[in-house]
Amino acid sequence: MNAGILPYVLILPVTLFLCVFFLYPFVLVAQQAFSDGSNFTLENFREITSHWKFPISLKNTLLLAAAVVPVQLALALLMATMVTRMQKGRDIVLYIWTIPLGISDLAAGIIWLAIFDQSGFLNSMMSGMGLIDKPLNLLSYQNPGIVFLAIALAEIWRATAIMLVILVAGIGLIPKEYYEAAEVFGASPWKRFLRITLPLLRPSLQTALVLRVILAFEIFAVVAALGGTLFPVLMGETYSYQFDLLNNRAAAAMALIILAISIGFTLIILRVLRVPKGASI
Amino acid sequence: MAEIQIKNVAKSFGAYQALHDINLTIADQEFMVLLGASGCGKSTLLRIIAGLETATAGEVWIGGRRIDHLSPKDRGIAMVFQNYAVFPHLTVFENIGFGLRMQKLPNDEVTRRVERVATLMHIEQLLKRYSGELSGGQRQRVAVARALAMEPDVILMDEPLSNLDALLRMEMRAELKGVLAESKTTAIYVTHDQVEAMSMADRISVMHQGRIVQAASPIEVYRNPSAEFVASFIGNPPMNFLKATPAGDGKWSVAGQVMDGPRADRPHLQFAIRPEDIQPAEQGLTATAKVVEPLGAHLLVTCEVDGSLFRAVLDSDMVVRPGETLTLAPQADRVRWFDPETTKAVA
Amino acid sequence: MTDAVASDLGADTRKPARFLYISAVVLLCAWVIVPIYFLLINTLSSPETVTSFPKPFIPEFDLGSLTFFAGFAGILTALKNSVVVAGLTMIMSIAIGAPAGYALSRFDFPGKGLFRLLILLTRAFPLPLLALPLAVLFIRTGLDDTAFGLALVHTTLAIPFAVLITFSLFSGIPIELEEAAWTLGCTRLTAFTKVVLPLILPGITASAIFAFVISWNEVFAAAVLTIENRTLTAFLLQNLDTSPLHLKFAGGFILVVPALIFIFAVRKYLFAMWGIANR
Repeated sequence: MNAGILPYVLILPVTLFLCVFFLYPFVLVAQQAFSDGSNFTLENFREITSHWKFPISLKNTLLLAAAVVPVQLALALLMATMVTRMQKGRDIVLYIWTIPLGISDLAAGIIWLAIFDQSGFLNSMMSGMGLIDKPLNLLSYQNPGIVFLAIALAEIWRATAIMLVILVAGIGLIPKEYYEAAEVFGASPWKRFLRITLPLLRPSLQTALVLRVILAFEIFAVVAALGGTLFPVLMGETYSYQFDLLNNRAAAAMALIILAISIGFTLIILRVLRVPKGASI
Repeated sequence: MAEIQIKNVAKSFGAYQALHDINLTIADQEFMVLLGASGCGKSTLLRIIAGLETATAGEVWIGGRRIDHLSPKDRGIAMVFQNYAVFPHLTVFENIGFGLRMQKLPNDEVTRRVERVATLMHIEQLLKRYSGELSGGQRQRVAVARALAMEPDVILMDEPLSNLDALLRMEMRAELKGVLAESKTTAIYVTHDQVEAMSMADRISVMHQGRIVQAASPIEVYRNPSAEFVASFIGNPPMNFLKATPAGDGKWSVAGQVMDGPRADRPHLQFAIRPEDIQPAEQGLTATAKVVEPLGAHLLVTCEVDGSLFRAVLDSDMVVRPGETLTLAPQADRVRWFDPETTKAVA
Repeated sequence: MTDAVASDLGADTRKPARFLYISAVVLLCAWVIVPIYFLLINTLSSPETVTSFPKPFIPEFDLGSLTFFAGFAGILTALKNSVVVAGLTMIMSIAIGAPAGYALSRFDFPGKGLFRLLILLTRAFPLPLLALPLAVLFIRTGLDDTAFGLALVHTTLAIPFAVLITFSLFSGIPIELEEAAWTLGCTRLTAFTKVVLPLILPGITASAIFAFVISWNEVFAAAVLTIENRTLTAFLLQNLDTSPLHLKFAGGFILVVPALIFIFAVRKYLFAMWGIANR
């Protein structure tokens, strides 16, 4: 076959597929969001933003992302540096730490339900230590802080692994000579981390953060399993517009809002962590 | 009969012209070396002959058959790669027999031919191993055996020894030359190592910036470089150059010395002499010794002559101190002249 | 400075730091494993124990919850649907994605940058949202509430990964191996099947498994696009409010088990895949 057209033949299936199932749906969702069936309108946006749950679910989603992502980043960086210094048992430790990567958000929610549930392990432990004498209903509207904490912990537990994998791979790409050179020049381990690992890790940090932040705005099943209706989030509201209220125009408008927030944050992250040309490894 | 003819071959990558109008004929059973610095186009030319790269213009003929439109498998060639390209998922036996199996030869024929070339390359005890269990030198032997097993009309080699250490390279050089002479195949061998080129080639094509500057026997390339580039590229240490101005009647003035030269009507010429063709004498060029390096077999003296760098390879018994003034005489029949405008040799 | 002292001086001063380091590693391992262990206890307890208080910290190995789970109406169909959708996703994303990965690693062609951008762009979007417009489209085309329709959406999720992972896998095979095969009598296709494919098969398997896990775990699109033919995640989500605790835990456990096995199977490739795929 002609080598000139072969690459195009090879990428054609993916391109077609993404056009039909990625680009086209976005056109459709925008159409739905901005129409009342036939005419252009902003009514759908007005409807959802004026709903009393909207500000709360927006606030909850952003707050959760703001609480979860920095902790995950710090934790992932810590774990990644710990693992690179490890001589024995590196494989088994890495396997254990990456287990949550394969666990769905719904399963993660259920796992943490086993802990925070009224008959769960947290209550059992507290009663075992004599702190309480009867189980408390932790995940109730009286304890919004604990609901938030449970959801945040489940998210941190579940989704730190994806960042860890990206960062470990990124650190693996940094040549050891840089560290040796820095050590010869008298840099302490902390300085080496600050001056060599972090700057050279920027491309990986970028990817990890973009991926993670977008996933944070998509949070849905963990919340459904742990908080239910106690803790409305954007994605959950989208789901209920589509399913419970059967209003797919409003759902589309919600989707566009989530999309806009995601793109906005992606651009900010790319901008803040941009790598100067020629400064990569 | 596998004479190779390269006719007006050119290759460009976008705006970059990698090869300019290459014309070269390689005789049947000849060992041709393409020699040049990296980026000179030698590998591109080899890959065009192999069919791994398509020429922008021109034709390639092997044994009277035009092959530039054929895919690599139909060209009657075999190739040895720089990184050996020994298939890691196959045993040495299956690697060597790979091409034969593709030709659907019967099993006993494959075994016979694999064992023959394995013996030839001294790897018969490795046939059951995998690539990961071999040293670099052994992989190299497998790669050559794999090419030879095809019994090709032409064998193409792309810097096959460059990943070996110096000692092994010298050993393989001699062995490869012997094996190829015995197999009676036409060979094209790409290298940037002039020692390899000089020692192995029947003919060397010196390439520079996408052109063949000179194609001749090793000794011809060494003694009679056709251009300044060849003169400065071949030989270590390289040839010395000094500016010469006309002194009338075929005489030229070089650093104050008048010498016989070509009868050419030029404002000036480049006088050239190899460092080993210089002797201390009563009369000659006045040189100031700068650096003296005793190399065992001889003494390398880097001097300054008429403001230019000038190297002389002298007898190792001589005693020369830095700063000392020497009088050096070039061996008259080894002097070469180049036109600085065209950079070509002037007779 | 304290850090430098800890790692640069003799064994005696290093001991406390080493102890701290090891306990941190153990603690972080426990942080991952203990919650899963709790789920295991609940799964292997009788339904009564699951709702009782206080909880035992050792499983009683009662299969009551799991039997209840297996007998619950619709759950086995949901499990089957999950497997079918994930299987279809796995096949489609590799079949469609791998050729593109190969093209990216082997050819320079006009439009390559644009194509890469399209692939990377998909990562910057919350893809499960695509299920919303597609729900409407699928009703029109008769794909609604089918395993195939959902697999199409899951394939969209998995394809960017499939392309980038296979791209990095193919890039790890020196092109010289292919060229050697061509000079030894192979066509492009036979060189691929005889040389590249055997070398790449373990990696392809790993990325196929990865695609399987992506589909297996996906909740939102599955819940939006299926009604009768629910996958396990969609089924559990739909019944979160109404189903008893032991059903949730058993269901969660069934969701986790393949993940554990799959991550173990692909662990060797996890880092290599991410390392290059991010560039």
